[in-house]
Parts: sequence; structure tokens; C-alpha cells
Amino acid sequence: MIQGATGGGRLRWIVLLMVTGLVLAGAGLYAVSAFQRLQESSAAAPSVEVISEGKVLPSGSFVLFRNTAAGQGYGMAATVSSADPAGPRTMGGAFCDRVYSAGSKVICLSTNRGLLTSFEASVYAPDWKRLESWALRGIPSRTRLSGDGALVATTVFVTGHSYAGTGFSTETVIRSLDGTTPAANLEAFALLVNGQQVTAADRNIWGVTFVPSQADVFYATAASSGRHWLVRGSIANRTLTAIHDGVECPSISPDGTRIAYKKNTGAGLIPHWKAAVLDLATGTETVLGETRSIDDQIEWLDNASLLYGLPRTGEAGDSDIWRIPARAGSSPELYIEHAWSPSVAP
Amino acid sequence: MAVDKAHRPAVRFRLSPVILWLGVVSMATDISSESVAAILPLYITGFLGLSVIAFGIIDGINQGASALVRIAAGWASDRLGRPKPVALAGYGLSLLARVGFLFAGGFWSLAAVVTGDRIGKGIRTAPRDALISTAAQPEYLARHFGVHRMLDNIGAAAGPLIAFVTLFLIPGGYGTVFVVSLAFAAIGVAALALVVPDRRSVRSPRSSSRGREFDNQVRGRGGLLRIHWHLFRKPGLGRLLTASALLGLLTVGDGFIYLALQDRDDFAVHWFPLLYVGTNVVFLLLAIPMGRLADRYGRGKVFLAGHLALLACYCCAAVPVGGLGPTLLCLTLLGAFYAATDGVLAAFASQLTPPDLLATGIGTVQTVMALSRVASSTLFGLLWFTWGPAAAMVVVGSLLAVALPASFVILRKAERQAASA
Repeated sequence: MIQGATGGGRLRWIVLLMVTGLVLAGAGLYAVSAFQRLQESSAAAPSVEVISEGKVLPSGSFVLFRNTAAGQGYGMAATVSSADPAGPRTMGGAFCDRVYSAGSKVICLSTNRGLLTSFEASVYAPDWKRLESWALRGIPSRTRLSGDGALVATTVFVTGHSYAGTGFSTETVIRSLDGTTPAANLEAFALLVNGQQVTAADRNIWGVTFVPSQADVFYATAASSGRHWLVRGSIANRTLTAIHDGVECPSISPDGTRIAYKKNTGAGLIPHWKAAVLDLATGTETVLGETRSIDDQIEWLDNASLLYGLPRTGEAGDSDIWRIPARAGSSPELYIEHAWSPSVAP
Repeated sequence: MAVDKAHRPAVRFRLSPVILWLGVVSMATDISSESVAAILPLYITGFLGLSVIAFGIIDGINQGASALVRIAAGWASDRLGRPKPVALAGYGLSLLARVGFLFAGGFWSLAAVVTGDRIGKGIRTAPRDALISTAAQPEYLARHFGVHRMLDNIGAAAGPLIAFVTLFLIPGGYGTVFVVSLAFAAIGVAALALVVPDRRSVRSPRSSSRGREFDNQVRGRGGLLRIHWHLFRKPGLGRLLTASALLGLLTVGDGFIYLALQDRDDFAVHWFPLLYVGTNVVFLLLAIPMGRLADRYGRGKVFLAGHLALLACYCCAAVPVGGLGPTLLCLTLLGAFYAATDGVLAAFASQLTPPDLLATGIGTVQTVMALSRVASSTLFGLLWFTWGPAAAMVVVGSLLAVALPASFVILRKAERQAASA
């Protein structure tokens, strides 16, 4: 039956055992050294200046972000004063992949690693007391709170589990924190483009931005068949109305007159996103002078300048927050080092 | 099938060591591939910050390419008359892709690595199943496939667990997952190269003479392309292909079933990562029993019974009752479906194929099944968005309920041919 295995069989067995032993020992050693390196790095003092006391959101104007500086507090939500963004940071009370605050509350999207890797959204009070949390259906991507803290929007990547293959899509949900209205999945809203309803199965909605002091209105990105639209959404009417082409991850200015977004200028499959600003009244589009590709939902620092995160080249898992004036020909400058997912509380 | 008596063969079941070893090879390879597959979305989005949407497109293209490569590899394996080198090439390519994961940081490099892995999988499947089929006792063909699929699924269930435990102990330790994955891929390739004997893919003198006669008949008419057509004009295999395509069109991806389970309650959302593992555990537990049933009562019958379990799974997923019990029931039915169809289909196909076209036959049936399932998932996606999960499940379930008796009629003759072979 198995002549091949008996002829010179013993040698083959010894070789197989040796190969198995060697590769397992090699992988084991690698894992142990990775574990030790991590222990050392996470026990190490933070590589940036940290104010140890505090742990409460600052009372004045501040920028909240995810700290990506190596050492203790990697991945922790943190704040700096708007007056001194490069100064020492105050660590918050939660580890977040995406984090956002509009002043009174914090929304934090996190990954619970373990045998059951799961994803969660939590709402925190200014003293980092957890008020509420719920399970998310995929990998955290974007989140926003409305100015009054009543509404929260979350976007996640639903992978259909990678095993299932092709089904990468986003899921965006708007949830009211006072419990007055049930959570709404934006895919269930009617998408209207030039007055026609788009019912294609590949509709994807992501990147909500709430309009200041208008409870019902928001903007978001809708995509279908490779096209992207800026849509104006109404929670009461359950509609998304396309108002502009080629806009991804919109973010409305504090005065509500302009939308900052990422605009894909790449050819082919790899996108290259430039930062751009759309004037809602005139429809004028201004592309800003950032040459690197931005994959983030831009945040307004004030009515004149924008913040966004960019990965640090050559350092996987680390990133910086950059600032750029919201006008043509402007160029970016480093705003907060070792940071990601900025939000500005006025 | 009415005339098909439950026959007890005189030969006693004896597990071929070749199949045991092929099972071990698949187990190591599945630990390798599933551990990476489980964390890849997290790695791409959370760590590298790449666009997943474009990645989905690449993935779709790969599925098509992998299906076509599968037929070509089966054909090459038959032409050589030796499946092992072709299978080894497939496993080797996936091993190279594992090395690539350690260095790929950008979009294109990662896409290339994933493509290499997929093509490797496409290459190895049909020749490996031909090796199993050649080594197994014909009376216990499905049971032998069951043994292989059980070992294979131990790997598929263990892979994600190993990956998640690694990331739990070493947050951000994707490099470690890739190194562990590479180690298991290397063990798989070493075991295949060193211990599995290389043999010609002809089963027995009896079937080989039948094969040669068939061969002459085909080659006499000339042209390599013709081989395929003649193969499928054989009533048995043609019927199996028809039934597989029909049923495959009504088999929605298990991703959709998991999403439907999640849609109705938070329970499944919380346990989401384990839904896949749970299905695989049921699959591995039932693989051998289903193979035994298939050997005893007919492979076509068990294949159809598996789709009956799938139908029950659709109903279970459509009923608006959540919680532990219904979720487990759905997973059990889904696992039973895979156990009753995956290895059994390969056994049935090889039974209906002349020995020297074994890998081509198996590869073609599997490709037809895979492509019709991809088409089905696309169509089902449309239904899902138009009518919602529950209604979409009911529609596909009703169509499946109609297709099952039709497939029974189609397969009846195929099973008779198999019984007389």
C-alpha cells in the first residue's frame, strides 16, 4: 500500500520530525521575544510628556485623541489643551480605536481582544465613568457625537467574517443617547440621487457629520457602483439626498457653511485622498496642499483650520495629527505627535 | 435510488496511512491559512490603515482566478499521471505567500500575497482529492474523505483560536501570528514532501482498463480540449455537475447566515467570531459519520440530505427567535450541511470519473459548485437589501425546497451508474 513510505522511510521520518521541531521552536522563540519586547515597552514610561494627575476632561477648550506614543498608555484616549497642543497630555480612562467628544460626553469605539475578539462602543461622562455601551458588528472606523451630545454615529467595517470572502462593507448607525428614538441603520434610509431612488445592493454609507444646532440634519458619504456622493440626511424622513459628487468622510465646519472631506484623486484601485473643502452655499471646491494621502475623517479645529491623522512612515501602529489651514495653497504642519483620531471640544 | 439496496461490502474498512497523512498536511495548512484569515481584516484596517473596499474587489477577482486554476491543476495532474507534484506546487506557493506576509506592508504587496495564497489553494485541492481517492478502498471512499475532512477542519477550527490567543497575549502582535502561520505551513509542506508517497493516479487494474478504453476513445477523436467535453457527456458526471450547479445557486455564503443570526439578536453579535469555529467543530465531528452513511446508503442521497439540513438552517435563521438554542441549532445544521456535502461530493465525483481523469473530474465539479455559490451570494445580496434578511432566507429556502426533488431525479441515474461501476 505505501511502498514510498517504507523505502528509506526512517530517514524521511527523522527529517520530518526535525523540520517540525525546528520550525515550532523558531516560532515559539519569536513569540516569546515578541511578548517580552511588548512587556518591556508597555511597562516603560510613556515616550511623551504626560500629566499624571487629572483623568477628568479639561474644563476649557481641548483636543481629545487616541494616544499612540509607545510605553504606558498606548492606545488610551488622551487630551491636550487647545492652547498648547504640543504640550504635555492628560491620559483619559479608556482604551479606544476611535474616539470623539463634543465637550460633555465621549464616544469610544474599542476592540476587546481575546478568544472572542469583539468590538464595542461606549459612552463616557467627563470623569470617564462609563454611562452606556453596546456591541458593534465590525471593526471600528469612524464615530461622531452631535454638539448637544444627544446623537451618536458609528461606522464599522462589517467583514461578514473574512472567511466568507468578498463581503467587505461598512455599516453606519445613528443612535440617540437619550433613548427617544431607536437606533437607525443608514442603509435602510432611502438614497436619492437626482430625484431617483438608488436601490442597488452595493449601497454603502459612512462617515456621518452632525450639523451644529440642527437636531435632524446630518451629512454622510454614500457609495454605489464605484460612485461616491455627499448626502444630506434627515433622521425624521429617513432619507439621504445626494448633493455633490466625489465626497468621502465629510466634516462640517463649526459655522455650518463648509464641508471638509477627502477627495479621491488616485487612478485605478489604490485611492489617493486629498483634503478638500466644499462651500455649501456656492458649491465651490478647494483642494488643499497636502500631498500625502489622507484616510481619516477630517476634524475642524476652528472655522479656519483642519486636523487629521496620518500614519508615521516606517512605524506601524503609530501616527501623528496634522493641522492645515482651510484655504487653497496652504501647507500642513505637525500638530500633535504620536496621536490619532482627533476631536475638538470648544 | 429505489433499487439501491444498503450494501455491506465484504472488505473491512482499513484506513490508508496516505489519507491520514494527507489529513495531517491539510490540518497544518488550515491552521496556517485560517489563523491569518481570521485576523486579516483587523490587520488591514486597524494596523495598516488601508482601504478595505478596494481589497474586497481584489478578493472577488481572486475567487474567480482560483476556480479556473483549480480545473487547470486537475488537468495537469491527470496529464502527468502524478497528482503529488502538482499538489506540492500548490502547497509550496501558499508557503511562499506566508513568507510574503512578513514583509508585505503596502496595498499591492498584500494583494499579491493574498492572491498567491488563493492560487496555491486552487492548485492543490483537486490533485490532493485525487490522491485521497486513489489511496482509498472504493467501498469506503466517502468515509476516507470524511477522515480527511475531519482532520482538515480541526485545523480550520484551531487556526482562528491560535490567532486570537496570540493577539490577546501580544496586542498588536500580527508579526507573531504570521510567523506561527509560516511554521505550520512549513510543517504541512514537509509532511507532504517527505511522508506522502508519490503514486500514479490509477486506482485498480479493473478500472484502469476501463479508463484506457475511454482514453483511446477520446484521444482517437483527437484534441486535448475534447477530453473535457467527453468527460461531462458521460451521463453520471454530467448529471452530478447539473445538480451541483443547481444546488450551488441556492447555497448562500455562510457569512450571510452569520449576519442573519446577528440581525435578530445581540447574542450572535457578541459571539460572532466563534460562529465560524462552531460550524467547523460540527463539520469535523460529523465528517466521518456522514461519510459512512454515504458509503452505505449512496453518496447522492447523503449529498441531498445535506442540502435538506441547509434548508432547515435557512428556516432556523429566518425564524425571529434569538438566543443560545436557536443559534446553536443553526450552526449545527450548517455544519451538518458541510459534513454531508464537501467530502461526499469529492467521493461521488471520483466514483463517476475514469481514473486517469480523476483530478480533472473532481476539480471541475468543485469549481462548478464554487462558482455557482459565488453567483448565489451575489444574487442573495440583492435579495437581502431589497427584502431584508428573513424574507430573503424564505425565498431562497422555498427555491431550494423545489430544487431538492428535481436534483433527486437528476442524481438518481448518476447513482445507478455509480452503483454499477
